[in-house]
Parts: sequence; C-alpha cells; structure tokens
Amino acid sequence: MDELTSVFIQEGREQLQALESGLLQLEQNPEDHDNINGIFRAAHTIKGASGVIECHFIESFMHKVENVLDRLRNAEIGVSAELTGVLLRACDHLAQLMDVLESGATEPEPFVLAAGERLIGELAAYLPTAPTGIVEAESEVEASGGGVVNTDSWHISVRFGPHMLRGGMDPLSFIRFLGSLGEIVAIETLADGMPDAAEMDPEACYLGFEIRLQTRAGKADIERVFDFCSDDCDLRILPPNSKFAEYVKLIRELPEDDMRLGEILVRCGAITEAELEAGLKLQHAPAPDASLPSLGDPPKPLGEILVENKVIQKEVIDAAVTKQTQVNEKKAVEARLIRVQADKLDQLIDLVGELVIAGASTNLLAQRSGQGELVESTSILSRLVEDIRDSALQLRMVQIGETFNRFNRVVRDVSRELGKEIDLQISGGETELDKSVVEKIGDPLMHLVRNSIDHGIEAGDLRESRGKPRRGTVVLNAFHDSGSIVIEVGDDGGGLPRDKILHKAIDKGLVPAGQNLSDQEIINLIWEPGFSTAEQVTNLSGRGVGMDVVRKNIQNLRGNCDVSSEEGKGTTFTIRLPLTLAIIDGFLVSVGKSSYVIPLDMVIECIELREGGADRDYLNLRGEVLPFVRLRDMFDIAGRRPARENVVVVQYAGQKAGIVVDQLMGEFQTVIKPLSSIFRHLRGIGGSTILGSGEVALILDVPTLIQRNIASGNQLQQARRLQLGNTSL
Amino acid sequence: MGQVEAARKAPAAVAGGDAPQQYLTFLLGGEMFAVAILNVKEIIEFGTLTEIPMMPPFIRGVINLRGAVVPVIDLSCRFGGKATEVARRTCIVIVELEQDGTHHDIGVMVDAVSEVLEIAAADIEPAPAFGARIRTDFISGMGKVGGKFVIILDVVRVLSIEEIALLSQVADTPEPSFADQPPGDA
Repeated sequence: MDELTSVFIQEGREQLQALESGLLQLEQNPEDHDNINGIFRAAHTIKGASGVIECHFIESFMHKVENVLDRLRNAEIGVSAELTGVLLRACDHLAQLMDVLESGATEPEPFVLAAGERLIGELAAYLPTAPTGIVEAESEVEASGGGVVNTDSWHISVRFGPHMLRGGMDPLSFIRFLGSLGEIVAIETLADGMPDAAEMDPEACYLGFEIRLQTRAGKADIERVFDFCSDDCDLRILPPNSKFAEYVKLIRELPEDDMRLGEILVRCGAITEAELEAGLKLQHAPAPDASLPSLGDPPKPLGEILVENKVIQKEVIDAAVTKQTQVNEKKAVEARLIRVQADKLDQLIDLVGELVIAGASTNLLAQRSGQGELVESTSILSRLVEDIRDSALQLRMVQIGETFNRFNRVVRDVSRELGKEIDLQISGGETELDKSVVEKIGDPLMHLVRNSIDHGIEAGDLRESRGKPRRGTVVLNAFHDSGSIVIEVGDDGGGLPRDKILHKAIDKGLVPAGQNLSDQEIINLIWEPGFSTAEQVTNLSGRGVGMDVVRKNIQNLRGNCDVSSEEGKGTTFTIRLPLTLAIIDGFLVSVGKSSYVIPLDMVIECIELREGGADRDYLNLRGEVLPFVRLRDMFDIAGRRPARENVVVVQYAGQKAGIVVDQLMGEFQTVIKPLSSIFRHLRGIGGSTILGSGEVALILDVPTLIQRNIASGNQLQQARRLQLGNTSL
Repeated sequence: MGQVEAARKAPAAVAGGDAPQQYLTFLLGGEMFAVAILNVKEIIEFGTLTEIPMMPPFIRGVINLRGAVVPVIDLSCRFGGKATEVARRTCIVIVELEQDGTHHDIGVMVDAVSEVLEIAAADIEPAPAFGARIRTDFISGMGKVGGKFVIILDVVRVLSIEEIALLSQVADTPEPSFADQPPGDA
C-alpha cells in the first residue's frame, strides 16, 4: 500500500469518526446547523480524498451520501430517526469499504457491494426524483426573508480537482465557454492550494476561481458548462440577489484558509471593492503602521468597522469571522501535533530502557570506585535519565476519551435493539494511559458495557414500577489512583441477583450446595468460566463466554477487575490497570543471591521482622493483623535465613500483605523485559529486568502472588475441613 | 511398530536435499550430539544465570544476552538425565526458533562444544526405534561421522515452547488437589 493510501485510510477513519459522532449529536439536537455543516464537511473530505487516491468505490458511495447530506444541509429534508439510522449504517459501510481498501483489494467483495447498493437504495428515498431542485431553489431566492445582496450577477465558485490537467482538460477552456453564456464581470484566481515549487506537480491543477457572471442563462445552463469535469471539481453557484445566508454558507465552505476577511467578502460579492477600501481606510487611520487588517489586532477589526458603517450586514461578517477563527484554531492545533509512526516511538522507548540499564551500571561502578566527583556526576546523569524516561513514556500516553466516545454508538444501537432507553455518561475522558493498553482495553470494555445494557438496565416499565427514572444510565469513568488507572463501568439497573447466581453456580457445580458464602463471594462467581445467568440468550451477551474472558484479557495487561453490586440499585465494574507496560519504578530486594523487584506503587512501608519464634505467617502491624509470605520458602531458595529479615508491606486494591525478604536494596528504575512464553503459566512473577551488574532480576507480580497464597490458604482450609470463615486476607 | 516409526522419521532427515548440511556438534554427558547450524545463533560461555522459582529442573533460569532475557534449558535434564554440572568448558548454545509466527531465542546448556561438521544427507540414518535413551521424536537422524554415530537433534521438538510451558505449569502446581480449585480463582 502506498503512503498516500495509508494516510487516506488514517485520516479517513478520523473523518468517519467525526461523521459518526456528528450524526449521533444530530439525533439529540436536530437544529444545530454547525453540526450539520460539520457532518457534510467530513463526508465531503472523505469523498474528495478518495478521489485523489483514485479509490472509486468509496468515492461513488460517498457521492450518494453527500447528496443526501447536501439536502439535509439546505433544509430540504428534515432530520428523522430513520434518516440518521440510514446514515449511521452508511458510516458502517464506509468503514467496511476502508477495510477493503486497507487490505489491498481493488474491489470489495460482492456481498459488500450488495450491501452498499441496498444502502444507496435507501438513501435514494431522500433524494428528489428528478434533478429539478436547483431551479426551485432559484425561485425561492427572493421570497425567503433576510437581507438580499444587491448584485445582479451570478456568483460562481469553482475549485478544480488536481487531476484536471492530467485528464486532458484545461480550466481556461471552461472559463472561455462560460464567457459564451454571458459577460464575466469579475474573475479572481485562487492559487492558495499551490504548494512550494519543489513539491509542485506540474501536471496537477491547483487552481480555483471566483467568478461573477452576468447572464440570462439559468443555473442548469451554468452547471452544464462544468459537466465534463463535474466529478473532479467543486462547484458552487449562487444566483443573483441571493440571500445573505447563501453567502454565509459559501464562506463557511470555502476550503481556502488564508484569505483575509476583506478578500473573502469582496470575492463573494457581498461588498464591493470600494466599500472594502473605505473600511480599510477607517481601520488604518488610528494605527497607520498596521500592515494588514487581522482579527484581534489593536486596530478595530475590519468587520466591526464595516458593520458600524452599515456597509454590510452583521450576519455576513459573523460568518466570515467565525471562519477566520476556525481556520486559525485549526492551524494552531495542527501545528502542535506531529504524526509519528508507532514503531519509531517503540524504538525510542526501547533505547531509553537500554539507557536506564546502562545508567544503573555506571552508577554502580561509580559508587564502587569511591570517587566523590564521579558519583556526583553520575547521579546528575541518572536524574536526567529519569526525566528522559518519564517524557519518553509520556509520548505514548493517550487520553482514554476517544475509546470512551466509541461507546456512544454502541449504547445507542444496542439500547434501540433491546427497546430500552439508555443514556451514556462519560467522565474522566482526559485520563491518560499507555497507548498499547488503550488498544487492548476496548474489547473488555465493550463486553462490560453491553452486559450492563443487556443484563443490568431493566426495561422501561419495570424501572418505573421500581420508582426509577424511565431512562437508564450507563456510566463510564476513568481516574488515576496510585500508579494505576481505574476504569469504572457502572449502571443504575437491577444489580446482580445473588440468589440466582448462587443457584446457578450450584447447578453448574462451581460451589458445593449448602456452603455459606458472603455476598461478595457470590458476586465474584460471575467471573467463573462458563457462567451466565441470562434466562434468555440474546445475540449481545449471555453465551457465558464473557466474564472470564474479560478478566483474562485484563489480567494479561497486568491489571485486574472487580465487581460491586447492590440489588435494585445497580452494578459497577472496576478495572485497575498499570499506567505503562514498559518502565516502572521498582523496589529492589534480595533473598539469598537472587534479587527481586517489587513495583514501588504497591509498596507502603518496610519493617524489620521480629520473630517470636512461632511458626506462623502473620504479624502485628500496629494492631492490625498482617499476613505475610516468605519469599525464601515460596520460591524454594537455597541458603539459610539471615539473622535479620525484613518485611515489605504491599497493598493492592485495598488488600495488605507482607513479603519477607533478606535485604532491602532501595528504589530501582525497572525496565520491564518480558519473559519468554515458556514462563507464561508462571504466577507470581510478572517479568524480568536487568540490573546494573548485568544480572537478571525478576519482577514480582504482587496481585497473583497474594492470590496464590489465598488459594493455597483455602486449600489448607478445605483439606483440614475447618469450618472457619474464609480467610479474607 | 518401531519400524513404522523409523520409516516415518526417514523423510524428515533427508528433507534438506542431497547437498551436505553443516551441523554443530557438542558433548552432553559423554555423548556426541548435533544440531543444524542454521538454528544456532551464537555460543556463549556459561556465566551468571538467574534461577526462576517454581520451574521444573530442566529450566535452569534466564540470562542477560545483551539486553534480552533468554531462558536456558538444561538439555541433559530435559532428556531425563541428571542436571549438567558447571565445568570449565560448559557453554550455552543460543538457538533461534520460529514457533507460532514469533521468533524465540532459547539457550541450551551443554558440557562442551566440539566443532562444525558437514554431514552429507546420504550419511544420515533414520533414528533407531529405541536404544538412544532419549525420546525418538527428539531425534531428527543419526549422522555417520568417522565411523561413529552422532545424534542429530530435532530442535523444534526438543525446545517446543508449547511442551515446555505445559511441563512448567505442572511443576508449578503445588499440590495435586489444586485441580479442585476453580481455575478462574487460581
């Protein structure tokens, strides 16, 4: 795939997203004209760009979509649920077409084409039967309200596509032919699209024209002039004495971004040169050195002056000003973003990782040498390395909002399908986390959201009978919490039915009948493989493959998930994920000759282990019972226990535990090196890292380490048939 | 039965064509073994090794190979023998494998590395049905070198990630009754 195509796919997907979110917004707010224009622009951009890369199946499809959107924009058709539904499906189809393009196929599969044809058929219902709409619009011009621009000539804006010249057509001949219809009063050539000489393709056409034409011919005749290039040019025609609104629209749609306000106004024929000059003079009078009238300059903006002098209607100015500000804002945003390939970034992170390891080794050597100056300089160096590490990792951080916003569509579609009324509330969308995590969290989130809609939220009538608002709410929330990111998926539905879950678990043999389980333990049964309580299996969820897969996916990201639920009030799933998968702050400890790293975020404190000689694995931490794990016993490490042992107190998701080690070696920047897949069943070890000495140290996976001990504790308990309550650690 | 097994093995041994192939030979418990040179990435001296807890004995641990963490397999132990003792000539042969579409580097601990030999396809006999004291599916063929036999190993089988991972899972299970636990909770 060439570069142009891949850029198109990437940018096309962004436009598609804008298109989709615009359509969703349209449903909520059908009167928002800016939004409708935004939707149209997005569709138009995709169509234009697909033409540039000569992807005809997308271009022709988008052409049809654009026609419908154009009518919507001109208020020729109204917004309806059916229309947005069709358009959203058109978005889906477009996404499919982009996949086809990405896969390198020249033509979509027949069934995709057939789906496209069906959609076009549905869209055709919103199009006029004969192309006479334009003439009707002409006759409406003077009838509708608003000011009328006093020009007696047609205004034609034409932007020729880049393939014009290559296709053997000369823009000049079109203009000559146009001249045969009447008199060209004024013509402006727009060369804004012309790139630098070095990048210019002499065979491409970069020109656009603003033409004022005095003629007795109708709009259809003028359009016919451009018939030959209608596929490859952007043509807008305004009849004489058009409404202000028409000009306002034209200004908004013009692709050029560098045009000054005055020039725009002159070109669109709303004001004359003389009026502009008068305005310019007034503007320059207080500050003669101001070179050009521009927005926000100390001299009064040209627009205001023109309005004050009643040269022009406020409405027209506003549109032009909005356009200028939008252009400026857009430029500013673009300037702040650089597209970088993900693998380049990964390479950088890898290198920073190597730098951290090499730095640790230098530090170690410097300390051994005992030279004060050397130690000092290496410590400055390592601080800088730490900063570089943080900024490098920051590069990969993306906001989770984009992932969340995808769910607007999911909630809309799924709730419609089920006949429920559900709102999606999103908060904490600005929370950042590693890109690789964001990519992988989408599927588990999708499952949880669908579950909430399907099983969580009750049907509207039932909700009302329970005294709840008819519309259900699904909440997506994200926030940072001590080195992890927490994502919550909540609903205000019926909650998890405990007795049903327990009953089912007993049926499936997951728990023996008659066992006393706490409410939380019952709820946690939903994570078991093959568990599903839905009485009615829908095509959304309820196949019982869900929750354990969700949990596994999250655990693969070194995260975990919990559920809390109150019957009748709702359910909340809480996902905890590490911020990054590459480099963490660690706490280095040693047992015997081996070194281990404990993620620093989980370490609360370190204490010395004072033993009363008893063979028990808990201690008294300021009046609190703290169970602990002896790493030496657990990992079967050879050697004798030293006289003095230490306990690292760790906390994870509210659980506290101690890890008994020989020595504490302090903080350590830990570059996570994944272990070979040979070790994928190993629980308790999350990965490895390389120490300054070149040795490999293992990173402890605290949550699974604790769970492993809970499991063996439970086992002990079962083995001894003790009727004590579950060790809740 | 044994003959069927041997016959099945034979085509695999000559699959490389008639041109002589190069093999790296090494000593393991006094016996000569060989692996196809194309699988060998490098040979390094046995150095610092980090043990991995809760692993079967044939997984000796991991080493730092210029920034990459590479697991090391004790081949003698993998064949059911006793653990290799570290001596002056103990080496780690880094073998590169492609399994499930990804590249894996695995270190193989051997007593001593001998030489690189060319063995013609015609000089490779199928594996004996028994008597080699290692699993027959580990043997790709028996090379004749100077009137002696060299066991040519099928590294893909010997170092199968799948199998090793499965074995390590079994080793990691603390007690047999553990299987009673619901897997999701473990």
